[in-house]
Amino acid sequence: MKKLINLIVNNKSYELLVAPNRTLTQVLREDLNLLGTKEGCGIGDCGACTVILNGRPVNSCLILAVQANGCEIQTIEGVADGKNLHPIQEAFIDYGAIQCGFCTPGMVLSAKTLLERNPNPSELEIREAISGNLCRCTGYQKIVEAIKAASKKMKKKEERLDE
Amino acid sequence: MSDYSVINTRLPRVDAWLKVTGEARYAADLSMPNMLYGALLQSPLAHAKILNIDTSKAKGIAGVKDVVTYKEAGTIHYGVSPARYDETMFCYDKVRYVGDEIAAVAAVDFETALEAASLIKVDYEELPVYLNVFDAMKEGAVPIHDEYPNNIGAEVHQEFGNVDEALKECYYVRTDRFVNKKQDGGFLEPQACLAHYDANGYLTLYTSTQVPHYVQRIISMVLNIPIGKIRVIKPYVGGGFGPKAGVNTIELAASLLSMRTGRPVKMVMNREQVFLHSRGRHQFYHELTTGVKKDGTIHALKHTCYLDGGAYTSFGIATVYYAGSLLGAPYRLQHMKYDGYRVYTNKPACGAQRGHGGVAARAAWEQQLDIIAEELGIDPIDFRLKNVREKGEVTCNDFNLSSFGMKECLEAIREHSDWKNKKGKLPKGKGIGMACGFFVSGAGYPIYRSETYHSTAMIKLSEDGGTVDLYTAAAEIGQGSDTVLSMIAAEALGVRYEDVKIFSGSTDYGVDLGAYSSRQTLMTGHAVKQAAENVKSQVLEVLSKRLDIPIEDMDIKDGFIVFKKDPVDFSEIRSIYIKEHRGWAQQLTGDRLTFQEAARIAYLEKGTIVGTGAYKPGELGGKYKGATVGTSPAYGCSAQIVEVTVDMDTGKVTVDSMTDAHDCGFAINRTNVEGQMQGSLSMGLGEALFEEVKFDEKGKILNPTFGEYRIPTALDMPNVNTIIIESNEPNGPFGAKEVGEGAIMPTIPAILNAIYDAVGVRINELPITAERVYNAIKEKEKKKGK
Repeated sequence: MKKLINLIVNNKSYELLVAPNRTLTQVLREDLNLLGTKEGCGIGDCGACTVILNGRPVNSCLILAVQANGCEIQTIEGVADGKNLHPIQEAFIDYGAIQCGFCTPGMVLSAKTLLERNPNPSELEIREAISGNLCRCTGYQKIVEAIKAASKKMKKKEERLDE
Repeated sequence: MSDYSVINTRLPRVDAWLKVTGEARYAADLSMPNMLYGALLQSPLAHAKILNIDTSKAKGIAGVKDVVTYKEAGTIHYGVSPARYDETMFCYDKVRYVGDEIAAVAAVDFETALEAASLIKVDYEELPVYLNVFDAMKEGAVPIHDEYPNNIGAEVHQEFGNVDEALKECYYVRTDRFVNKKQDGGFLEPQACLAHYDANGYLTLYTSTQVPHYVQRIISMVLNIPIGKIRVIKPYVGGGFGPKAGVNTIELAASLLSMRTGRPVKMVMNREQVFLHSRGRHQFYHELTTGVKKDGTIHALKHTCYLDGGAYTSFGIATVYYAGSLLGAPYRLQHMKYDGYRVYTNKPACGAQRGHGGVAARAAWEQQLDIIAEELGIDPIDFRLKNVREKGEVTCNDFNLSSFGMKECLEAIREHSDWKNKKGKLPKGKGIGMACGFFVSGAGYPIYRSETYHSTAMIKLSEDGGTVDLYTAAAEIGQGSDTVLSMIAAEALGVRYEDVKIFSGSTDYGVDLGAYSSRQTLMTGHAVKQAAENVKSQVLEVLSKRLDIPIEDMDIKDGFIVFKKDPVDFSEIRSIYIKEHRGWAQQLTGDRLTFQEAARIAYLEKGTIVGTGAYKPGELGGKYKGATVGTSPAYGCSAQIVEVTVDMDTGKVTVDSMTDAHDCGFAINRTNVEGQMQGSLSMGLGEALFEEVKFDEKGKILNPTFGEYRIPTALDMPNVNTIIIESNEPNGPFGAKEVGEGAIMPTIPAILNAIYDAVGVRINELPITAERVYNAIKEKEKKKGK
């Protein structure tokens, strides 16, 4: 029996009729065509499917779409403001934090929730925050450097706004 | 600083924007109208005769459009090397590992396809299961492939010099054994594909592969479609590291199902299927006997190796050669003997994985060299420095080291790690160790015997002269080839990086053997450079005629025409350009003639400006059997220092820091080179400390998940001090050679040697689990007590 649910994805509200066994990853990818959310394992090990759900990073493959009913979700497609990249995205590009790119969307979203919670994280805090996002290409170093740089950049921006 | 404008910089990747916004499309992201979904039936048994396959129930399910077995697919044998075509699309006589493919279903949705596959009934007669090489080789063992009665699928016997005699001349000789475990590629993107066979008889296959060219050839052979009617397109690929360097069953099955149904068919592997398809690192059993002179000269190496190959050969013939041929090369070793055996077992097939064939051998030997250095009382770095080869030398097995910055690598790591104050002087439980690495920069020969070019490239200028379209069939799999090739094109043509638009990864764009054996930068780079130079000379020729200036008095740089002598009046060209582009957004002003204007004039004169390039290696050394594996136009080398902490109470090893120097010839993109080094070290650290595909007694994988098969997380990897050594390779484009695979080589032995420095134990079996280290420490204490 399909269920009618409401998801707020990247600030847009969607009414969706979904089978109760479908995961949030599947509904985001197949029904909403938000293909930036990747599936690397389907069982919550790799973090490639990370999205932000009510402000927290979650493995969308471990959440049924019906469980997300009424929730606010941000996917990688909602991170940039039109043509303006988020400072984390800019830093990922500038610091060479991207290779194959398959982990990148999830990695960016985990980093984003970290910096929203903790604008000035230590290296260990950064590494802990992305420890659920596997990357086989980079050895993580440039990702960590990028997140550090983004945190500095965002702080500066905030200071400017305060002035 | 170099005179170059584009290369040797840290320009961002061409695909960075697409990847960081989620716009980059991978095979599983693709879909087509009217598409069907495919699913596989795979064997639950590791070794059994197939008595009967009944697909009638599966065919009866609503929504099922096709069910295929060997009866529909035929039994044409294929594989990687034509010398061992031992695979068929589907099993017909027997199954050889848990996961062997038996049938495929196409249905209107994935759930229906899965359900139908589960209803296919197969009757088996079980056969004995062989899960290690020694059982498989035993007298009386049932052959896994009838053609190989003792289950030895490939063997190599090579001797250079006279090892037995040489060992007699040695001051110190020792023998050590070493074994690693089967490592999984661990790339994040599972294989996926979408096949579409259209009404005109053309097959288009979108697939997650490292080698569109080889996939095209095998599909042509197995499905009997002419090469020219097959287009293999590689979208963005989420990592490969070797296991994606050959055709897989879903590529063949989706193509067959699409041919039969006339509809697009999509197939996606789940993570368990990725582990089952495998093609990752072999398990190697090495026995090494090394002899040295009293002064520390490495004199002779006798090496025997058994490779656990799994059920099919895949890349295995190359692997069994590489395991021996690469080992001695960095050192001035005159006598080397190698006996290698690749053995079939009832496990998933092993193949090529980063550092193909050489990683376990290097780990084993570099640890043994550390032991020998200590026995001789020589510092391990000094010991290597005494023995390493230099540029221009030729190894005993005929590898021509046309550039070789090994000495520079060793000196760099020593300088940047405070080695002298740390080696042997750190507190108990802390240790420092080092090792060297060596790898080919592109296989010297294609996998099939052929005079083919290894890489071709084509550059086409847009008619307004503003965009340089670069076409190459090279495979961007995350390593950054699109970026590096765009940079090479821009530099060689004299335009800006952002003016180059790269089209890659499709067999329609040319011939390229693909992303394996660390070959894209050197080989495709050559082809691209040549194509760019061709286009450049075409534009300059037209300009020369038009302005009446000799070509040699002009150049193109940074998107402008450079007049080397007097200032030139080019107002006529500019006014033509302006006239032709009246009302266009982009108008050209300024006091310099742009490439864009010159290219437009060239187009008006000659039509579309197209330049091509093609590369294959020149004559390479080695006339002996097997010389085709290991010979390469160039060789990369590296040296590494690792510091570890060993918990004396538990045996747990933590890698604290890594210093890595790699000779990549010349860094086209410095950020990418560092990224390859850091990524390689991470994969090496995982293989050293915890990666192991485990099997139960029936041959089923116990840990086919990233939860149970652990790859390094951000908390496992330390920061790496990356040092780029540039030796300027004469056979590489702009002096460039490999970094993608060679960088993994020193990591495992450097960790092993650091553990010895920390706690005084030698570990001869990977992974270096806490348990192994703890037991070794206890064993040592017990011996000491006696």
